[in-house]
Amino acid sequence: MRWAAPVGLLAVVIAYPLIFRSNFAVNFGILVLFFALIGQAWNIAGGFAGQLSFGHVVFFGTGAYCSTILQLKLGVNPWLGLLGAVAAGAGVGALIAVLAFRAGLRGSYFALITLAFAEAFRIVANSLAVTGGGVGLLIPLKRSAADFQFAERIGFYYVIAALAALSVAVAIWLTRSRFGARLAAIRENEDAARALGINTFREKVKVLALSGALCAAGGTFYAQYYLYIDPAVAFGVDKSVEMLLVTMIGGAGTVYGPLIGSFLLTLVGEATRSLTEAQGLSLIVYGGLLVVIIAFLPNGLADLLRVGRRRA
Amino acid sequence: MDASILGAAAINGLLLGGSYALVAVGLTLIYGVLHIINFAHGSLLMLAMYGVYFLLTKANVDPYAALPLMVAGMFAAGYLMYRALIGRFSHGKDENILLITLGLAIVLENAALFFFTGDTQTITVSYSNKMVELGPALVPLPKLVSFLASLLLCGALALFIARTDTGKAIRAVAKERDGARLVGIDVEKMFAVAYGIGIACLGAAACLLMPSFYVAPTVGHLFVIVAFTIVVLGGMGSFVGALLGALIIGLTESLAGLFFGEALGQIGIPLIFILILLLRPTGLFGAAR
Repeated sequence: MRWAAPVGLLAVVIAYPLIFRSNFAVNFGILVLFFALIGQAWNIAGGFAGQLSFGHVVFFGTGAYCSTILQLKLGVNPWLGLLGAVAAGAGVGALIAVLAFRAGLRGSYFALITLAFAEAFRIVANSLAVTGGGVGLLIPLKRSAADFQFAERIGFYYVIAALAALSVAVAIWLTRSRFGARLAAIRENEDAARALGINTFREKVKVLALSGALCAAGGTFYAQYYLYIDPAVAFGVDKSVEMLLVTMIGGAGTVYGPLIGSFLLTLVGEATRSLTEAQGLSLIVYGGLLVVIIAFLPNGLADLLRVGRRRA
Repeated sequence: MDASILGAAAINGLLLGGSYALVAVGLTLIYGVLHIINFAHGSLLMLAMYGVYFLLTKANVDPYAALPLMVAGMFAAGYLMYRALIGRFSHGKDENILLITLGLAIVLENAALFFFTGDTQTITVSYSNKMVELGPALVPLPKLVSFLASLLLCGALALFIARTDTGKAIRAVAKERDGARLVGIDVEKMFAVAYGIGIACLGAAACLLMPSFYVAPTVGHLFVIVAFTIVVLGGMGSFVGALLGALIIGLTESLAGLFFGEALGQIGIPLIFILILLLRPTGLFGAAR
């Protein structure tokens, strides 16, 4: 029975674009899975380990720029670039974690310093020649699967589905492994966790590297799907906030929270877009939902639905 | 490099710092008393700037004349926000307050985008383009006014906190909330008052900024990292620190722009923020945590 939920869900995800074949439907699925992936990446650090970040976009942008620069400047195949991006994301995650946790930053201070790192990366990307400065980088069109570009959207759909599935698998592993249990101990009471003999510093560095790696994979996917990145998209505050929102609303520290949040928020986004041309309505709803969730449902919607509630 | 260019950049930097001072003092007051990080600070400043903009364009009220009204209005907004939301739903965790204020920031910013569109708005008053000679620099009059008024208001606020009964009560709840409750101070009310005063600073800052600045839904972003940097630099909760921090940051921003160019020069602020948090989290004037 313990595999019923993930296997059933996987079947639905695989079948979806075969049943709903329109461009709109497939694009909708891609968006849901993309935000589920980067939301899950945020969740692994922010939800499972309780290390709230306001600047997770720093990993996303690192991944996007890493694979794109490798491809444009050195001719590296973007599939290999994806691996490079994952490594770079893990490296940046570990670096920020080592610096911040060595200095003993916790809670809100950690959240703020991640925001400052994202801002510093944005300014650097905005000023260097290799990142294309403020103009950004354009990836030339080469519609072949070997180049991580697909003639049909469904190709992109299955790539992001695989990445999102991997992120869920990591989350499931965290609910069952000793590593996950140590993270939960850190989240609930860090001093007590240390008193129990957990090397909290090392565990926190590990989880940030893991989270950064997954987030960077999302960055490479984004760059290959839209064939364009610039500093505002890659390191802007918007993606950081969206990662946090899908997870907090869906349920932080739960396996399926980011997916639930991502589905709901993508739905709200499309619905408001069909209602009005004016911008901002969907985010008014999201921001309001965040306040309501913190006030009344600290464990998110997943708590309401009673799925994936088994916390590590 | 020519000394007069350097001097002019320094003067411009100090003036810039002066306009940051009120924003940062509001933030540090809220932190010092409530020990919460108010992430909605930038968006509330944006809201106040739209207030000043509409007061001029719809009711023809001069921005400087609007100052008492804006201070009162923003105080009320802050007081009510604290009473209705922030104080009630934190569940005793500071991360929750951070997230609630983030949620409020998202709502305010996007409500502004929805109702006022993303266009940048500026105001024109008779003194908008007046220039004053100040040593080697030629500075716009509104910036000089903003600098002086901002320092004056910070001083007035410091006096208020130091001398009045309300100020004493605020200091009491900041230091020892249980003790304050025992001597009959309404702690929750004082928290709301302190939050309201912190937000009222933004009302004043908006009136002083608008004649020489612009407003757009995302204008708060410009001030959020700057204000947090000033506050950690000066030491969370320290008034003098916030004031000096504002001047240092204004200078840094102006000089970094001069030496490293417009684009890369901006990195000074997040870099200072990161270094202070990593190396000296108590800032220049903060008490040990």
